Amino acid sequence: MTDERKDVGGDQPAADSPADWTTMSRRGWLKALVSIPVIGVFVYNFVRKRAAEATKRQAIMAELGVSERGPAVIPDLISKPPGERLRVGIIGFGGEGEALVRHAGFAHPGWVEDARKAVAENPRDKQLEVYLNQQDLNIAITAVCDVFDVRAERGIAASQVEVRPGGGALPAAKRYRRYQDMLQSGDVDAVIIATPDHWHSRMTMDAVAEGIHVYCEKCMTRTEEEALAMHAAVKASDIVFQLGHQNRASESHNKAREIIAANILGPITLVEATTNRNTPWGAWVWDIHEEGNPATIDWEHFQEPAAHKVPFNLGRFFRWRCWYDYGTGLSGDLLSHEYDAVNQILEVGIPKSAVSSGGIYYFKDGRDVPDVFQSVFEYPDRDLTVMYSATLANGRNRSAVFMGHDASMRVSGSLTVSADSDSTRYEQKIKDRMIDPSVPMFTYQPGLKGIDAVTSATEEYFASRGLLYTYQGGRRVSSYHLLIGEWLDVIRNGGQTSCNIDRGFEEAITCHMATRSYLEGRRVTWDPVRRRIV
Amino acid sequence: MTRETAATARSYTPWQATALVTLRLLIGWHFLYEGLGKLVNPYWSSASYLGEARWLFQNQFLNIASSEAALRVVDFLNVWGLTLIGLALLLGLFARAAAIGAVVLLALYYIVAPPFVGFTYAVPMEGSYLVVNKVLIELAAVLVLLAFPTSGIFGLDRFLPWTRPGAVGGLRRAQA
Repeated sequence: MTDERKDVGGDQPAADSPADWTTMSRRGWLKALVSIPVIGVFVYNFVRKRAAEATKRQAIMAELGVSERGPAVIPDLISKPPGERLRVGIIGFGGEGEALVRHAGFAHPGWVEDARKAVAENPRDKQLEVYLNQQDLNIAITAVCDVFDVRAERGIAASQVEVRPGGGALPAAKRYRRYQDMLQSGDVDAVIIATPDHWHSRMTMDAVAEGIHVYCEKCMTRTEEEALAMHAAVKASDIVFQLGHQNRASESHNKAREIIAANILGPITLVEATTNRNTPWGAWVWDIHEEGNPATIDWEHFQEPAAHKVPFNLGRFFRWRCWYDYGTGLSGDLLSHEYDAVNQILEVGIPKSAVSSGGIYYFKDGRDVPDVFQSVFEYPDRDLTVMYSATLANGRNRSAVFMGHDASMRVSGSLTVSADSDSTRYEQKIKDRMIDPSVPMFTYQPGLKGIDAVTSATEEYFASRGLLYTYQGGRRVSSYHLLIGEWLDVIRNGGQTSCNIDRGFEEAITCHMATRSYLEGRRVTWDPVRRRIV
Repeated sequence: MTRETAATARSYTPWQATALVTLRLLIGWHFLYEGLGKLVNPYWSSASYLGEARWLFQNQFLNIASSEAALRVVDFLNVWGLTLIGLALLLGLFARAAAIGAVVLLALYYIVAPPFVGFTYAVPMEGSYLVVNKVLIELAAVLVLLAFPTSGIFGLDRFLPWTRPGAVGGLRRAQA
């Protein structure tokens, strides 16, 4: 081997000075610059690849008429800096009520402490950061009403929290044992209603009578009759009403509207929307508070509007979603979200008919609402079927799919559009290999950069559907906060809330059609003239 | 650079020199494209890769992925690290420093997502790997470049004032 070796460097003069290269031979130069042609080939190919990709992208985007960049159809829901301080009352300070008040800028001090510990343990935990980065909505929580003493006290503590966006403690809220007293006190300009569904319409209509603005949780009402009465009352009033469907503030849902407006999917004949959860918590087996007892809970007041009166029952109080007396189970809790998202994106309104089925197949714990529930809604005027399917005993993630002749769109926290291989519109592009039906031709992922720690399975479920958080300019914002912010903005500056009483009415009637069909074991229809479910 | 190195450099056969230079150019090409590809992609972020971390420094990687500021720094370092290392290996300029940088980057990539028994990843790998994957093989290949430098002759390192004529680049080797 040794004798085969050639002196590969030996073409250089054996001089030691650093300036040797000035006297370097031609061969030496060639060797030193050996990679230049390779770099040339690289640059040539890189530029070609870039140009090819850009052409393809531009062709697709021009064809689609939308931009992949972020939307921001919802640049900032709060149009002007909040003016004078609004006095807000909260009715129902349970899990949802506490969350709403926190997203309005008033976290319970215990929550702040827990959130601080969570960040100390896991710097990826963003809840405190999101809370503190919220815009100061310039409101005060002046009144709290809850039938459970412990929760009323928590509400009062939250109203005077020191750690909040905008900073500084405000005076403590006053507790009311009857919401009517709160509405008549003159202490509130607006109320957030986060009670069980069987109270929503009565409270809203009483607020309307006092000229008080309402933010109401879904489902808007428990029954069809309540929906009709509540809709009429709010329509006839000047109050600002917002129904709590956070998807209205989600970037990807707003992007989906853009996709529909650009008619990228072609004729849409089927929409599949789903809910899957697989935890007791997700099936409303919520904690029973240790201090809950007949002395701390005003049970008779709680069940006052309920169809059936029963003796004091902790399970029914703390896990009310499991009984038709207080809500409508999957229909009002989760179908309502999915339906409102479809309604937001397609503006479908109330369906012509609904057929539901299901049963209590897994949580045989005494509940009377189904834990597996399917509903099929027909929209003959739109040549469209909307299918909803849910189980509370399986957690497989199935995002909503909008199926058009030319493309399918999946919508959850993110959004993808894939061309259909048999599409008419994209036929030529697919043939020309400009569009590949096996990969999304359009992806939109808000807040793509960075990951968040989201803890419980139920939270993950909501986060994956854009119901907990959305993104503005890549920054995580709570969609609750945006929706409350929008409501307050409309109160101050006028305009329309995105989930107003008309959208709420459509949501309530659609959910009640599904419930009626399930309970009566038959197909029900909506009579738009008589405005009745028949 | 020493006379010994210079002498060693001259001792590659043309076949050996060709093989080593080819290896350097290919790895340089790969790094450069990995860097530029990310640079021109507005959606690229190392977050999803770091989010897969499950071995050494798992917590640190996850913390970076979840912090916007840290992620921006890491993304910047990664993109420009890859680009500059690729360019340096291709040009044969500061090739030794580039190779050391390449080893560090590749080691980090490997540590984040090693194909160990029992480790599964959300993003499927494009081949079949057990302990050894392409990242590890590229790392070993860069070690070869460090051990058998070529840029002192076949590269711009040749023009550096401190590179002695005939030197092949950095590593000192005992003369055979």
